[in-house]
Amino acid sequence: MKIVVCVKHVPDATADRTFTEEGSTDRESVDSLLSELDEYAVEQALRIAESGVDAEISYLTVGPDDAKDALRKALAMGGDSATHVSDEDIEGSDAFGTSLVLARAIERHGFDLVLCGMASTDGTMGVVPALLAERLGVPAVTHIEELTVEDGTVTGRREGDSATVRVQGSLPAVVSVTDRSGDARYPSFKGIMAAKKKPMETLDLADLGIDAGQVGRAGAWSAVDTATRRPPRSKGEIVTDDGTGGTGLAAFLTAKKFA
Amino acid sequence: MAEILVLVDHTEGVVRKPTLELLTLARRLGEPSAVFLGHDADSATEALGRYGAHKVYVVDAPEVDELLVTPAVDALTQIAGSTGPAAILLPSNPDGKETAARVALRLESGLITDAVDITAGEDGPVTEQSAFAATYQVTAHVTRGIPVITVKPNAAAPEPAPVTPEVEKWDVTFGPASAAAKVLSHSPRERGDRPELTEADIVVSGGRGVNGAENFAVIERVADTLGAAVGASRAAVDAGWYPHSHQVGQTGTQVSPQLYLAAGISGAIQHRAGMQTSKTIVAVNKDQDAPIFELADYGVVGDLFQVLPQLVEEIERRRS
Ligand SMILES: Cc1cc2nc3c(=O)[nH]c(=O)nc-3n(C[C@H](O)[C@H](O)[C@H](O)COP(=O)(O)OP(=O)(O)OC[C@H]3O[C@@H](n4cnc5c(N)ncnc54)[C@H](O)[C@@H]3O)c2cc1C
Ligand SMILES: Cc1cc2nc3c(=O)[nH]c(=O)nc-3n(C[C@H](O)[C@H](O)[C@H](O)COP(=O)(O)OP(=O)(O)OC[C@H]3O[C@@H](n4cnc5c(N)ncnc54)[C@H](O)[C@@H]3O)c2cc1C
Repeated sequence: MKIVVCVKHVPDATADRTFTEEGSTDRESVDSLLSELDEYAVEQALRIAESGVDAEISYLTVGPDDAKDALRKALAMGGDSATHVSDEDIEGSDAFGTSLVLARAIERHGFDLVLCGMASTDGTMGVVPALLAERLGVPAVTHIEELTVEDGTVTGRREGDSATVRVQGSLPAVVSVTDRSGDARYPSFKGIMAAKKKPMETLDLADLGIDAGQVGRAGAWSAVDTATRRPPRSKGEIVTDDGTGGTGLAAFLTAKKFA
Repeated sequence: MAEILVLVDHTEGVVRKPTLELLTLARRLGEPSAVFLGHDADSATEALGRYGAHKVYVVDAPEVDELLVTPAVDALTQIAGSTGPAAILLPSNPDGKETAARVALRLESGLITDAVDITAGEDGPVTEQSAFAATYQVTAHVTRGIPVITVKPNAAAPEPAPVTPEVEKWDVTFGPASAAAKVLSHSPRERGDRPELTEADIVVSGGRGVNGAENFAVIERVADTLGAAVGASRAAVDAGWYPHSHQVGQTGTQVSPQLYLAAGISGAIQHRAGMQTSKTIVAVNKDQDAPIFELADYGVVGDLFQVLPQLVEEIERRRS
């Protein structure tokens, strides 16, 4: 079974993230890493391979040069090979541009199962997996907590807003998994060393037969007008409980008409 | 006036509050038409009309229950293809966002997700989004096709504008089931007596500091005194103290209530991503350096097991 895991390289969520003047994520000012939510997709791929299914695991990322780090991290966790799609013209892509590049690269590689995270930790849209399914013409088994792959199908539990749904799709399919699908492993020292020898190819738009105008800021179907830092919340009143902390809080809530 | 399509989020015909917010926002852009998938349209029509839906397009077919997301994609694409709306609004939940993205791709139209506000601009709707755990405010607009926008709960207060909607049944041609995910079972979550997280004006949340499932009774008592929903941090959910459906944050529910009270929660960036846009924030934490205090309009440095019971007692005393 050919498994392609899509992993995104994102600015560290715990750092002070900013926008560039063009309204894109500033990738220069803070360190970037493999999106934590994509580690769960890597983990599921490895578990499928370990369950006895004859699987070949390959990682795919679309991003600038240092996005390779995300691929190395994933390879250090396990798996076989990686593809990095990088091209200056991709900068500033919207969800449609990104999903077009990913879909073409997935088709080029061949796939039975595409695994994604539930959302990136920077754009946080949570739509790329659905767009990949739409473009590839296969079932989208998304937002899954408990995943089983057997007899040519993927089945899982999806915790929606107001209901729990069990869903199933026949392979080939696109699956996205949540942070409740199972804890991701840490790369071992052996894994980190082994990752350095695993094959990694780099592709550009021409390799995928995509015109520059279909992606990037020029090909985007929406545009950012302004990106401004929210003024910090004004410092509130902090009191130390001297035995009347609860009564003081009640007075505050009453004054604000909440109680 | 330009038509604005609104996808209705409902549980067996009971329209959920975010849909009423969408109808309210849609009226800033044009005349709302609701798109209802399912069998219980009759019970929903009245509520939809009360909030200004001039039309209700009803799609009632077995596929709606049998397949995930794609029936709504087929329905919205075909209705939009025929009526040519000025925008399409959907709720920002997993189903709504995935539907929106696929509809936008099929219509070759731009998509904006997780809007917290929409206004009418010269070239169509202008949206506001919160980015990077709500530390940034982004305005954006769609530059191609019919703007498809998903809107977060609490983006607007629902305002009635009663009309009697014209109900129109739609026969949708559904795509092949082989390219869709099948729904094997569907269990609506029990609606408790408390308000839902996304619908509540007040949310009271507990974290690792609550220290045990049984201790969540302390949080629940505060919630019930204030008529609030109960939330939890991921640490509390992962420990098995409270159900995941109550998790607030990046990978839980994102709330924006009038009042958010956090007890025994440190205020990690992923938690803040789900509550930072609340109007008033109150924190109770025994560590004066907890980052949650940076956001708090009012904070008590103290033991939640002392402070919260006293809070309830004092509110009850003031009421009687
Ligand atoms: C704050 C912010 C707001 C934005 N708002 C919009 C908007 O409203 N509309 C719009 O069209 N674009 C928007 N964008 C741009 C959009 O985020 C990017 O185009 C992005 O490439 C796709 O969206 P996402 O990162 O949110 O991915 P998601 O849909 O959240 O990603 C889900 C999964 O898809 C896979 N994946 C996503 N990107 C990659 C990648 N580059 N390489 C490999 N795998 C990947 C991963 O498995 C990931 O877990 C926004 C960006 C930012 C930073
Ligand atoms: C990809 C990713 C996604 C995540 N998504 C989410 C999410 O959606 N939601 C979320 O919440 N987290 C999320 N997290 C986890 C987040 O990083 C934190 O680990 C989590 O929010 C911590 O929960 P907490 O504040 O309850 O616990 P802690 O950080 O352990 O804080 C407990 C606090 O309780 C205080 N305390 C202890 N006892 C008492 C007492 N008796 N009285 C008063 N105060 C007391 C302590 O001083 C401390 O500040 C995510 C993490 C990652 C990596």
